[in-house]
Order: sequence, then C-alpha cells, then structure tokens
Amino acid sequence: MNAAVLIAVMSLTTILLRFLPFLIFRKQTPPYITYLGKVLPPAIIGMLVVYCLKDVTIMSHPHGLPELIASLTVIVLQVVKRNSLLSILSGTAVYMLLIQLIF
Amino acid sequence: MNSSVVRSAFFKSLPVMAGYVVLGIGFGILLQKAGYGVLWAFAMSLLIYAGSMQYVGIGLITGGASVLTTFITTIMVNARHLFYSISMIDRYKDSGKYKPYLIFALTDETYSLLCDGHAPTEGDPNLYRFLVSLFDHCYWVTGSVLGSLLGAVIPFSTAGIEFSMTALFIASFTEQWLSTHDHIPALTGLLSTLLCLLIFGAERFLIPAMLLITLLLTILRRREEKVL
Repeated sequence: MNAAVLIAVMSLTTILLRFLPFLIFRKQTPPYITYLGKVLPPAIIGMLVVYCLKDVTIMSHPHGLPELIASLTVIVLQVVKRNSLLSILSGTAVYMLLIQLIF
Repeated sequence: MNSSVVRSAFFKSLPVMAGYVVLGIGFGILLQKAGYGVLWAFAMSLLIYAGSMQYVGIGLITGGASVLTTFITTIMVNARHLFYSISMIDRYKDSGKYKPYLIFALTDETYSLLCDGHAPTEGDPNLYRFLVSLFDHCYWVTGSVLGSLLGAVIPFSTAGIEFSMTALFIASFTEQWLSTHDHIPALTGLLSTLLCLLIFGAERFLIPAMLLITLLLTILRRREEKVL
C-alpha cells in the first residue's frame, strides 16, 4: 500500500482515539467519568513508569542496575529539591555515564 | 501575547526537549534508512505525533501493510490515548479555541506535564497548556527532521539519553506522590501494570493493564470519593 495512504490512516486513527472520549461525553460528563478523571492521572503515570522500564533485564547482566541507580537519583532529588527539570537531567546524566563508562 | 505565560510554558516543556529531540532524531535516521527522506519524517511527526506508533509505522510502510492492518495496529499501539483523553475531559472542557489542538497533541509526555492541572496563577491557563503542547510538538518535529538530514553523523555518544523519558515519568510520579495523601490511585496504576507485565509479557501487557486499572478504580470508587 502507498506510504502516504498508510500515514494518513495512522494519523486519522490516532486522532480518532484522542478525540473519541471528548466526542462521546460532549454534552455533560457523567459523574463516573469525572471520578475517573480525578483518579486516573496518578494511576496512568504509574503505568507509564512500568511501561518505560518494561525491557529492563533483571536476570542477566547488568541486572537492571543502571536503571535502578538512575531512577533512585531522580526520586531522591525530586523528594529533596522538588525541581523536576533538575531531577530529570541529573537522572539522565547518571544513566548515560553508567551505561557508557561502567556497565 | 502574555510573555510570562510563554516563559512558564517553555520552562515546563524543557524536560521533554532532550528526550523528544533525541528520540525524534532516532526516528528520522530509521526512516531515512528505510528509504523515506526528510519530507516523510516531517509529515509523519507533524500529523501522527505519536512516538512509538511512528517507530512501528516504519515497519508497516516498508512491509507494505494493508489499510486494515495499519488501522488495527494503530488502535493496539495507541489505545492508551483513550485513557489520557478520558482523564482530561473536565480539564479541557472550557479551553475554547485551543481545545482541538490540545486534544490532538495529547502525547504521553505532554499528558504527564499537564495532567496534574497546575497552571501559573497569572495569565490564561488554556494558552499555557496550548503552548506546552505546541513546544513539545516542535521538539518532536525538529528532532525527526534533524535525524533525517544528519543521519548517523552525531559527534558524541548519546547512548542512554532515552532514559530522559523514563526520568520524566518517575519525577512526575514522585511529585504526584508528594503532593497528595491518597496514594491508592498511584499504587493501583503501578502494581496493576507490574502484575500484567509479569503475566502477559512486555509485548502485550498494556491493554490488560488499562482494563485492570479501570476495574480496580471502579471498585474503589465509593472509598475514594470520600477521600477526594
């Protein structure tokens, strides 16, 4: 199939998924959906954390150690400094150093 | 336009910049190697604007997939966007002229920046959310175009920089954890997904995880609504 057609299909399907809930609940939001809107964000962020770490190999070398150390760096800095940019940049730098120089 | 809103939005979007530019470059390079040049990279990043789907999309295009296969694959890979939209219905309700773009540009990363509902006290919160979304979109498109043009001639090793996306979600998770006393939703998300990863494996755990999270939060509704 023509690449341009497939790109259009991917684009329109993604747009459909993003707009669908807004189209379905256009008039008024049922209380159940309002409730989900409040409790889903922290749950989804938790889901995304696991999603990002899904390919970490715990059973073989380096046993997820770079990910563990870098993740702890992010968490500790966030708890102490409450500055997301600082936590993210430091954690990423630690991870890059670990996988390029040590593991 | 209110310059302090522009500044706050830019600083808010900064954590996404490195990750999007680098992952965008990675995408541009792969697409180039598959035989599709810079205009294709630009069009895909502008119009699809969903990172993992675009990586999968390269395979679909080069493999000559059918329209139906492409449609179903996109639904499978991007079903989580239904989830993001459901949780943003009330927040984006009164965003007026910005609403269509805010919905279009609701990626994982933009979602994680905006889902806590915080906005600067000065200025229009809808303009702020629009700009955060737009900056993120620009980083992604720029990265893809750069990757396509520069190919593999990047002078230093960027191995591991993709961890910035993981770090972004971990920082958001920690911040959410610190700013609330009710940790049940966060734990539900984390543990349900972990459980589904162990049961279904890394390739197909996401949709079961979304269903389990929704189910558990529905069961917990009476308890949670007292806490909220």
